[in-house]
Amino acid sequence: MTTVMTTGSSEHRGKCELSLTVNGEAKTVRVYPMERLLDVLRHELKLTGTKEGCGEGECGSCSVLINGELVNSCLIPILQAAGSNLTTIEGLAEGPQLSAVQKAFLECGGAQCGICTPGMILASCHLLDKKPEPTLDDIRDGLSGNLCRCTGYIQIFDAVAEAARRRDPA
Amino acid sequence: MTAEQIIGKSVPRKEGRDKVTGAAQYIDDMTLPGMLYGATVRSQIPRGIIKKISFDPQFDWSEFVIVTAKDIPGKNCIALIGDDQPCLADRNVNHPEEPILLLARADPHLLRKAVDAVSIEYEPLPAIFTVEESEQCSQVIWGADNTFKTFLIAKGDVDSVWVKADYIVEGEYTTGAQEQLYIENNGVIAAFDAAQGVTVWGSLQCPYYVHKALMALCNLPEDKVRVVQMETGGAFGGKEDYPSMIAGHAALLAMKSGRPVKIIYDRLEDMTATTKRHPSRTRHRTAVNKDGKILGGEIEFTIDGGAYATLSSVVLSRGTIHAGGPYYWPSVRIRGKAVATNAPPHGAFRGFGAPQSLFAMERHMDRIAQAVGLSPVEIRRRNFLKPGQTTTTEQTIREEINLGKLLDRALELSDYTSKKKKFTQANESSPIKKGMGIATFLHGAGFTGSGERYLASVVGVEGCTDGTVRVLVSSTEFGQGTNTVLCQIAAEALDLSYADVQIAQPDTNQVPNSGPTVASRTAMVVGNLVRSAAVGVKQTLIAEGILRSSYSPEEFRAACQRYIAKHGQLRSLARYDPPEGVYWDDQKYRGEAYAAFAWAVYIAEVAVDLSTYSARVEDFVALQEVGRVLHPILAKGQIAGGVAQGIGFTLYERVVWQNGRMQNGQMTNYIMPTSADLPDIRVFFEEMGNVHGAYGAKGIGELPMDGPAPAIVNAIEDALGTHFDSIPLLPEDIFDALSKTVSAGGEQ
Amino acid sequence: MRSNPADYKLIAPGKLDAVVTLLAQEPGQWLPIAGGTDLIVQYAAGKLSARKLVSIWNLAELRAIEILPDEIRIGAGCTYTRLREHQVIAREFPMLASAARWTGGIANQNRGTLGGNIVNASPAADSLPALLAYEAELILLSVRGERRVPYLGFHTGYKQMNLAPDELIRAICLRPAFSGYLHYARKVGARNAQAISKVCIAALGRLRDGQRTSEVGGQMGGAIEDVRIAVGSVAPVPLRLTELEQMVRGKSVDSELAQQARKASASAIQPIDDIRSTARYRSAVLGNLVAEFIEQLGIPGSPSGKTA
Repeated sequence: MTTVMTTGSSEHRGKCELSLTVNGEAKTVRVYPMERLLDVLRHELKLTGTKEGCGEGECGSCSVLINGELVNSCLIPILQAAGSNLTTIEGLAEGPQLSAVQKAFLECGGAQCGICTPGMILASCHLLDKKPEPTLDDIRDGLSGNLCRCTGYIQIFDAVAEAARRRDPA
Repeated sequence: MTAEQIIGKSVPRKEGRDKVTGAAQYIDDMTLPGMLYGATVRSQIPRGIIKKISFDPQFDWSEFVIVTAKDIPGKNCIALIGDDQPCLADRNVNHPEEPILLLARADPHLLRKAVDAVSIEYEPLPAIFTVEESEQCSQVIWGADNTFKTFLIAKGDVDSVWVKADYIVEGEYTTGAQEQLYIENNGVIAAFDAAQGVTVWGSLQCPYYVHKALMALCNLPEDKVRVVQMETGGAFGGKEDYPSMIAGHAALLAMKSGRPVKIIYDRLEDMTATTKRHPSRTRHRTAVNKDGKILGGEIEFTIDGGAYATLSSVVLSRGTIHAGGPYYWPSVRIRGKAVATNAPPHGAFRGFGAPQSLFAMERHMDRIAQAVGLSPVEIRRRNFLKPGQTTTTEQTIREEINLGKLLDRALELSDYTSKKKKFTQANESSPIKKGMGIATFLHGAGFTGSGERYLASVVGVEGCTDGTVRVLVSSTEFGQGTNTVLCQIAAEALDLSYADVQIAQPDTNQVPNSGPTVASRTAMVVGNLVRSAAVGVKQTLIAEGILRSSYSPEEFRAACQRYIAKHGQLRSLARYDPPEGVYWDDQKYRGEAYAAFAWAVYIAEVAVDLSTYSARVEDFVALQEVGRVLHPILAKGQIAGGVAQGIGFTLYERVVWQNGRMQNGQMTNYIMPTSADLPDIRVFFEEMGNVHGAYGAKGIGELPMDGPAPAIVNAIEDALGTHFDSIPLLPEDIFDALSKTVSAGGEQ
Repeated sequence: MRSNPADYKLIAPGKLDAVVTLLAQEPGQWLPIAGGTDLIVQYAAGKLSARKLVSIWNLAELRAIEILPDEIRIGAGCTYTRLREHQVIAREFPMLASAARWTGGIANQNRGTLGGNIVNASPAADSLPALLAYEAELILLSVRGERRVPYLGFHTGYKQMNLAPDELIRAICLRPAFSGYLHYARKVGARNAQAISKVCIAALGRLRDGQRTSEVGGQMGGAIEDVRIAVGSVAPVPLRLTELEQMVRGKSVDSELAQQARKASASAIQPIDDIRSTARYRSAVLGNLVAEFIEQLGIPGSPSGKTA
């Protein structure tokens, strides 16, 4: 993967132009290569659904999918995400139609204050993609990198189990 | 009277769709044109005098906005109950991380170096860090004797019980600080112009608290301060009073610069600089007769308030009133005391003093049981409050609560008796020791005594031009379900569908002051006012002659639109009216402390692995009587979440202090439970209705915080046979206690 | 975020030899960054002293797991997720698979790499005791070519290692020679997931064939033929407890041996009090785990061993 270093005005010194696909749309940003993916999503791309809770990869609020893999966007320099295919929370619903996981979270009480919810939903999607019929232990393990302070996780487990029941087999 | 259609049903969370799509707007999602970012320069010492502030001459300060105490237009304080906490330290600093000056700049990335480029010279003063040091007054750091507040509850004749006692049981119990650890850090944006005054948007629980504080700080009248609550990512009390501080800081920067200013804390700053649960020490001395009945006793309940008074007097009040638990005390003397130390001020955290004093009470009950030779079940059964009896504050229990039956149900749900038998046997040979523990407790909802009367909450319900109805409250949503429940209540009261009712964003320009969102009062107290105001809307339309007393939602909508077209506005206000015959004496601390108590029995099953000394909760039964369950999923979510925080409080969450500063201010080192750590939390409700609450509801938000710690520690003692009287109880502590037991020749 | 991205340089040459050439041209100037799960935490905290970084994330040459006749070669850029899900690793080196499962949560496992874990050299690193127990060898790469070193002794002190300023770890080599062994690994952390370990152990053991007994403490105990005991979080570097191994080799497994091993383990380690735990706790728990390992050797298990 190569970068394009521009030698334009001093304001752009050190910044580079990077392309990536976000929720199916091609995007180009002009950023410092060491900017965190989280900040590029929120500030450059105005996708504020991805949240910062800790900045140290512990809480999972910043979780996104890169090429289908769950990652903490607060720990990824944007250069390393160049050319990849990103899914954020904004990419899950199809217009007014919520995804199975989103619906289940709504119906089972999986979201209370909502700040962990985008990351938690993406982690749940990632889990269900890998394990379409997860046991409770699978769910606990799959979500163990996403902290929730409000729910005690119980209704989140309910939501994931319900989503698993409803999802079409891939 | 039709059957209830909406109350008691798990309707969709009002703002739920926004939350699951990432559309919900939290404060850091918001920007304003020309916005600057702010940062805070904070004290690095626990106590001292500021001698000199220097700005590194090598650093380019030209584009920075700088604010010190001298820039404060009004009073340099965060107005709350007292005025002792400065907004910016001027001469004296009294705790590590105390704010001293503020910087702002358009590019947030340049702030950190700027903060580091400010040097402050202090003349350090000796500092104190524990309750004991504070009591000794070797250093007096606050008032005359380091004491923020005391309370005395005196019932009956305590001094006469000792001679009658068959057993006198003593114990001392301590709890540590706990960080609220909302996943969204504190944050605000402030803007100022001469015409509108100051506007603050923020992550907060109590818009009118911030409003009051900004008026005093910025020297602005009521109508020149506006506070708007954004979607708030968890609060738990940690955003009750602290937002006034961060809002004040942003407002000062906005006033000085003429630009909007955003301040968002990162996790390290939020953990080290903002409020935590008050550490506590409770001493019990109890006179018990041979039948296990409490004759009387003395309780000394002391909390560490940190460096300034802030909310300590109110936390102390609740902790003191709850110190006697759900038991009948013929005589009791309870002394409550809040003292000062050189730590950042401690503040509100779910439970607000009750988890601390109830931990002590419930541990002490097991100790009494051992002394008398009764089981933990029996000792409680024999002392439970019954209808007609009085509490420690001499409040008569008027509802038909049957704690013995509640206990029976919990024992059955947890399979307590047969498990205890099984474990006693298995523990003899297994390296994993298992035990069962019980906690029985109560939690008073709403403000204490005359508090609700003093708040004089006002609620509005208004009709909208499209015929829907909007609830107007300053009560905030931060996950617990305010929006949903208040809309349910209004819809039910008006015979409308849930979809026909909205709730306004809490904006002090738009909504009346329905009081702070604290004290588990929202469903019960504010909900009742919403109901009244909703009924008021209906009555207005009926009185106008454009609506019959029985109507369809379409007819209501039409009447509403008609009324607004004619009169311009359709709005009904309801003001809190204290119930008749409710009597509270603030001087003697006696009378009806709370309009309603919720009651609970929690039972924990724990396993202690003796190869690692770690205790794990394997099963947890949370049974509570809460009046009326307005929304089953929300109610269950509140209890499960509260129990999870209680488990954290007991087994995982330790604040590591050094010279008044939290050393482990990262999520890596301050440990809250993950999904892999918690057991299934099994939640059950008894419903009895409540005279005072909306549709019979009692407050439930804080109740679940009171039970887990003592239930778990009681279970650990059951498993190991060792006393533990202090939380958090980490594996290292269990190891140390067991080593002492071994080295002391195996005595308990 | 306590660092200014404008102050940093990050480049991604995209090929391993380009990275190696760069490291040789400007030794000590460029910090290789793979998944970033350690370095970016430091960066966000304002504690990353390096200003120039070269990305080695997703280099094809570093990600492969090669199955060769006598050894398995794990590319240094192999993530924990790949380790965790790889059938051969799970079968031959179950303690490494466990360590991968115990590191962080899923998101961090998708980014953290085995090479990164080694070079970050935290005394509490999860996979390093397993590498010591399995007697891993490292292939190090520079412009001068490859050199192969035993992993034992690679760490020479706290955050110091036998790695030249212009060298990278290319691969970690493991011999699949432990199928008849008991594989015993435990991590003790503050919680069940996402925890930095307070104590961890990875141990292998095998008894003399045909002499296993079902009774711990029985007179006819099987003798220990071979044993390796590696530990983490109890010293500045991960340790092989070679003196302890020598002490138990050839001895019969019984509860007395387990207690002797427990005592001996305490003198081999240097645990500290820190923000997470205490020296005395670490010492006691490690002793318990060592004793448990020895006792488990005396219990008949499946021939291919198991992870505790």
